[in-house]
Amino acid sequence: MKLHEYQSKLIFSRYGIPIPKGRVAATAQEARHIAEELGGRVVIKSQVLVGGRGKAGGVKVARDPQEAEQLATQILGMEIKGLPVRKVLVDEAAAIETEIYFAVTNDRAARKPVMMASSAGGVDIEEVAAKTPEKIVKLHVDPLLGLREYQARDVAAAIDLPRDYWKDFIKIAMGLWNVYRETDATLAEINPLVITKDKRLVALDGKMMIDDNAMFRHLDLAEMRDIDEEAPAETEARKYGLSYIKLDGDIGCMVNGAGLAMTSMDVIKLFGGEPANFLDIGGGAGADKVAAAMRIILTDSHVKAVLFNIFGGITRCDEVARGILVAMDEVKPKIPMVVRLVGTNAEDGRKLLENAKMITAETLADAAKKSVAAAKG
Amino acid sequence: MSILVDRNTRLLVQGITGNEGLFHTTQMFAYGTNVVGGVTPGKGGEWVLNGKIPVFDSVKLAVEATEANASIIFVPARFAPDAMFEAADAGIPLIICITEGVAVQDMMRVRNYLDQKKVRLVGPNCPGLLTPGEAKVGIIPGDIAILGNVGVVSRSGTLTYEVLYAMKNLGMGASTCVGIGGDPVNGTNFIDVLEMFEHDPKTEKVIMIGEIGGTDEEKAADYIASKMTKPVASFIAGQTAPPGKRMGHAGAIIEGGSGTAADKVKALESAGVKVAKHPEEIPTLLK
Repeated sequence: MKLHEYQSKLIFSRYGIPIPKGRVAATAQEARHIAEELGGRVVIKSQVLVGGRGKAGGVKVARDPQEAEQLATQILGMEIKGLPVRKVLVDEAAAIETEIYFAVTNDRAARKPVMMASSAGGVDIEEVAAKTPEKIVKLHVDPLLGLREYQARDVAAAIDLPRDYWKDFIKIAMGLWNVYRETDATLAEINPLVITKDKRLVALDGKMMIDDNAMFRHLDLAEMRDIDEEAPAETEARKYGLSYIKLDGDIGCMVNGAGLAMTSMDVIKLFGGEPANFLDIGGGAGADKVAAAMRIILTDSHVKAVLFNIFGGITRCDEVARGILVAMDEVKPKIPMVVRLVGTNAEDGRKLLENAKMITAETLADAAKKSVAAAKG
Repeated sequence: MSILVDRNTRLLVQGITGNEGLFHTTQMFAYGTNVVGGVTPGKGGEWVLNGKIPVFDSVKLAVEATEANASIIFVPARFAPDAMFEAADAGIPLIICITEGVAVQDMMRVRNYLDQKKVRLVGPNCPGLLTPGEAKVGIIPGDIAILGNVGVVSRSGTLTYEVLYAMKNLGMGASTCVGIGGDPVNGTNFIDVLEMFEHDPKTEKVIMIGEIGGTDEEKAADYIASKMTKPVASFIAGQTAPPGKRMGHAGAIIEGGSGTAADKVKALESAGVKVAKHPEEIPTLLK
């Protein structure tokens, strides 16, 4: 789950990381009031869950409350990479001397958390990483031991941070580590962490992602999820523990297992079709989950045929067949359905579907070919 | 011979009285796997499978009573890290975790702890292991594979079944099939298994099934090019998957923008691996 900038910075501040004064606004009037409260120049920042907001014109500086209101009106009417801007963050503007990149994330290859810092922070950090990787300092943290202060000090020294700032930097480093550790973040990023002209370290921008698998122990964070930014079908899918991603084709897919789901899409494409979605019902799905999955697939009006590819292991084919029957009864779809059941209790599943007027297939290639043909009518 | 599991495997099932645990214990037992006991805290002293398999309150007690040398985990995701720590502390040398959805920071702690104890973990979020005719330790349907000389290693679950089934339809058998799981942090990776297959006299050829994300397939390609003498065929799932939703800047910095299917196919082909266009084609590449 991604958090907005304002949510991330609020969490940072709870862990002792200095952030600019400011608040989030949903209307231009509110933005004006916040600007009046703050006084002086403010930054109006669109709150959408995509990168490149600044480059898209979604971040602007206002000299006074009146301009803040104008700019907020403008930004609140924007779409950035297809996402409408529903909120803006109004922050006091900082006089920046230096921009630092600072993050903690997972290094899957090393199987350890990694702290990364660079004195070449800011919007072009990826270019820095690609062209001058030596400018990015990486420090692996023992997940059983956690970050130690000497390590944070080593990072400060390695990015040539003047010694006067070490004490504050170490405090921010420990804070960022604790944010990452205690919220089960997969990413806690400050970019930029700035040194202001009046010699303070401030986290100007923040980005966090939380591990969905750890949500059971972060019910407070789960409430921060912005469902406005998801396709409604994706929200519905999550409710049932399904993983669904809408695509542009016309063949709906329901598969068990992410690898097989991706493969089914690959094979549909190999035989000249276009998948309408990625949908993994997961392991051990029961009838209700299958019925929900089918309803979700059929909400996409572009779908002209549906392919069910179920290879039973922990999932039992008879359970899936029952779910298909429940959904068929409820939704009464008029489009062709191609079904392939193999593995655990496949025989029972096939028997259940005998009278359901579905096209059956033996192999994956056969199933893909039949669904491509069915979608073409 | 085979790798990791065989007739000498004495298997414990953690979460044996749960729905999935009991269902798959029944299947493993029916296959002929030597299931010596199970663990469900609070149900010690009970028996399952009509009195054939004893249940214990802890892994430690189970190991003392049964001399188990492997443990398979079916407990829910939030309890799985504890189950893995418990098995390692009880001296189990081989842990197979089937559970899906374990939090990644938990897995980093588990993996780093198990490495210190020199415990081998397979999974999590994996279908387990199958040495046809000897031991089924996991959820791979036993009847879709026959014994043979092809070692199979895969990051995916159900896609693995697809390949075993296609092999069987061609009369091709597996020495051992290892599902290593698709989670970002897991216990055993491709290179670990490729190395075991390279040294296993019963394995003559290898099938490796990968998918998009991470760089394990690229690293495996380097290993194959420099160390392997046995032929390898492969398939990479996700060739048509849309680029994933981005993970801030850090993901790009850490992985350097790699991990696409095209990168992986290229790395494998330049290591001399034949890469199939769809999973049912893989076995034909080894004929």
